[in-house]
Amino acid sequence: MTQSEHDWPLYEVFIRARSGLEHKHAGSVHAADAAMALEHARDVYTRRQEGVSIWVVRSSDITASDPADAQALFEPARDKIYRHPTFYEIPEEVKNL
Amino acid sequence: MSTPTLAAARTACVLRLADTNLVLAQRLGEWIGHAPALEEDLGLANLALDHLGQARLFYGYAAELEGGNRSEDDFAFLRDESAFVNLALAEQPNTDFAFAIVRQLLIDAYQLELYAALERSSDERLAQIAAKALPEVRYHLRYSSGWAVRLGDGTPESQRRMQVALEALWRFTPELFACDAIEQVLAAQSIAPDPAALESRWSASIDPILARATLQRPADASYPWYGKCGVHTEHLGPLLAQMQHLHRAHPGARW
Amino acid sequence: MQLRSQNAPGGRRAPGPKHRTPPLCNIPCVYTQALNAPAPQGAGGAAVEPAELTAAFLARVDADERIEPKDWMPQAYRDTLIRQISQHAHSEVVGMLPEGNWISRAPSLKRKAVLIAKVQDEGGHGMYLYGAAETLGISRAEMTAQLLTGAAKYSSIFNYPTPSWADVGAIGWLVDGAAIMNQIPLCRCSYGPYARAMVRICKEESFHQRQGFEIMLTLARGTAAQRQMAQQALNRWWWPALMMLGPSDAQSKHTAQSMRWKIKRFSNDEIRQHFVDVTVPQAQFLGLALPDPELRWDAASGHFHIGPIDWSEFQRVLSGHGPCNRERLEARQQAHEAGRWVREAAAAHAAKHASKEARRA
Repeated sequence: MTQSEHDWPLYEVFIRARSGLEHKHAGSVHAADAAMALEHARDVYTRRQEGVSIWVVRSSDITASDPADAQALFEPARDKIYRHPTFYEIPEEVKNL
Repeated sequence: MSTPTLAAARTACVLRLADTNLVLAQRLGEWIGHAPALEEDLGLANLALDHLGQARLFYGYAAELEGGNRSEDDFAFLRDESAFVNLALAEQPNTDFAFAIVRQLLIDAYQLELYAALERSSDERLAQIAAKALPEVRYHLRYSSGWAVRLGDGTPESQRRMQVALEALWRFTPELFACDAIEQVLAAQSIAPDPAALESRWSASIDPILARATLQRPADASYPWYGKCGVHTEHLGPLLAQMQHLHRAHPGARW
Repeated sequence: MQLRSQNAPGGRRAPGPKHRTPPLCNIPCVYTQALNAPAPQGAGGAAVEPAELTAAFLARVDADERIEPKDWMPQAYRDTLIRQISQHAHSEVVGMLPEGNWISRAPSLKRKAVLIAKVQDEGGHGMYLYGAAETLGISRAEMTAQLLTGAAKYSSIFNYPTPSWADVGAIGWLVDGAAIMNQIPLCRCSYGPYARAMVRICKEESFHQRQGFEIMLTLARGTAAQRQMAQQALNRWWWPALMMLGPSDAQSKHTAQSMRWKIKRFSNDEIRQHFVDVTVPQAQFLGLALPDPELRWDAASGHFHIGPIDWSEFQRVLSGHGPCNRERLEARQQAHEAGRWVREAAAAHAAKHASKEARRA
C-alpha cells in the first residue's frame, strides 16, 4: 500500500434535504479534492432526491466538543428553565402570548 | 443515398440517439464492481443509468413513430449490428480508465451541444427528451472533465495513458460532425441541427479542458467511421452478442 | 440431508498472498460468521478498564442511549464493532460481484436499469458502513487491505456463483430477504453511526428484495425453460441463504456478549426460523419446490420445520474453500491494482493544486 492510498482524505457531508431546512450531517466520503468530494457526496447520499444543497468539509477541519466536557458545556443550561415558555403561567383568557 | 423521407429520417435520427446512449451505457456498466475506487463504481453507475434512461426514452419515441410494432426491447435486443446506428466512438472498449474518461468527455461535450440544439427542435418530443437530458449531460461533463484534468495533470503515467487514449479515440470524432442526407433533411425542417454546426462550440469546450489536462489535441483523423450508418468497428459485435444473448435465447419470453 | 453436489476442493488451499490469519470475530452472525474464535486482544494486551467507566457505559446501553464516536467505550466493544461493521461493509462490496455479473446480459432494458441501481445501492451501503467503521479509529485504507489480503471476512453467501439470470432473482428474494431480517434490529443497535447507517440501508433495501421476488415471479409464470431456471436457482440458494444467518445458537458462545452490548438483538436461530416462516409461503406462491424433503408445517409450534443444515459446507466456504472465494477476492484485488494509477494521479493532482492554493493565500 503506497502513501497515495492515504491521500484521499475524509470529508464530512452535510445535506439540506429541502429548502427551508438546515443542512444535516449525512455521513462521510473519501475524495482527492473538494470538487470530487461534492460529486461523491451527491452520488452516495442523494440518489433518491434527498437533497437540494450539499456541504463537504474536510473531517480534519471540524472542531468538536469533547464528551468529557459535556457536563461543563451543557449542564448549566438545564436548570435555567426560565428560558422555556412553559415556565410561565399565563391566564387562558389572554390571547396571543 | 437517395433523399430519405421525413418520416424515415426522423426515425433514423431517434434511433441514432437511442443506440449511442445504449451502447455507452453498456460500456459503462462493465465497470461496476471493477472501478478504481468504490466511489467511482457509484459515479460510473450513475452515468450508465442516465444514458440507459435516455436510450429508453428515445426507443419509446421510435416505437411510437413506427406505429407500435416494436418495443424498446425489440430495438435493443433483436437488431443486428448493421441495424445499429450508434456513434462508433461509443462502442470503443474499456481498454483502461483513461479510455473510459476520454470516450465520456468527447461524447459529453457533444451531447451538451446536440441536446441544447434539440431543445429548440420543432419536434416537440425530441425537445422534451433533450430538455430532461440536459441537466444529466451537464453533470456528466463536469464529472468527465474533472477526471480528464486530474488524470492528464496527475502523474507522468496517468498523463501518458490519457494521451494514448486521446490519440486512439480522436479518429472517431469526425463522425460526430459529419452531415449526411438524413441530417440534411432534418436540419431543413429544424428538427435536428446540422452536426457540422456543433463543431466549433464542441472544440471551444474541449480545448480548454485538454489544456488544463496538459494534453495535446491530436491531429484530425484520416479514416472516417460511420457508425451512424451501420458501419461499425469490430467491437460492436461482441458487445451486442453479450448484451442480446439471453433475450434472444428465449424468443417471446417476458422478463 | 444431502446438499447440492459439491466438487469441494478438499484440502487444497487457494494460492494467494501469504497472510497471518488474525483472530476471527467472535460474534457469529451474518457479517462475522466464524465459530468459536478466540477473544480478540486489545492493543498492547488486555488493558484494565476502570469499573466505574464500564458500569456507566453499560448503564447507558441498558437505557437505550446511543454511544457516539468520542464517548468512552470498552476496548472489546470497539474492536468487536470495527470487525463487525467492516466485515458488513466488505460483504456489500463483494456482493456487487455476483449480481454485477449480469448487468451486461440483463434480458430487458428495465431489468438492466433496476439491476444497475441495485448494485449501485450496494456499493453505497458499503460506503455508509466504511464511514461508520472509520469513526471507531480504523481507516478505509486499512480495511481495504484487510479484505484484499484475505485477513477480513465477508458474508459467505457471496462465494456462490450466479450461473443463470434466475440467480439474480433468487439473491434479491432470499439473500436480501435474510439480510433485511438482520438489518432491521441493527437500526436500534447501541452504536450511533452504525445504527444510522443501518436506517439508511434499510430504507433502500426493501426495493432490492421486491425486485428479486418480481424476477422470480415473472420466471415462474413464464415459459417452461424460465420456470426450470427459477427452480434450479432456488435449489442452489436456499441452503446457503439459511446458513448465511449464522451458526446455530448452540454453536455460538459469544452471542450473549453482543446481546449485552445491544449490537445484536435476536439470536441466529430466532432470525432463521422467522426467515423460514416468512419465505416458505412465498415459495409456495411462486409454485416452486423447496429443496428440503423434511420441510413441513408443524401445527404444534406454529412454525415450519426444516431439515438439518450441512454446517460442514458453511465451514468450507467460510475457510476459503467455497466455489467462488478465489474469484471474488481476485476480482477485488485486480480492480484495486488496476486502479492504483488512477488513485495516485488524483492524489498527485490535488497535491499540486493544493500547494498552488497555499502559495496564493
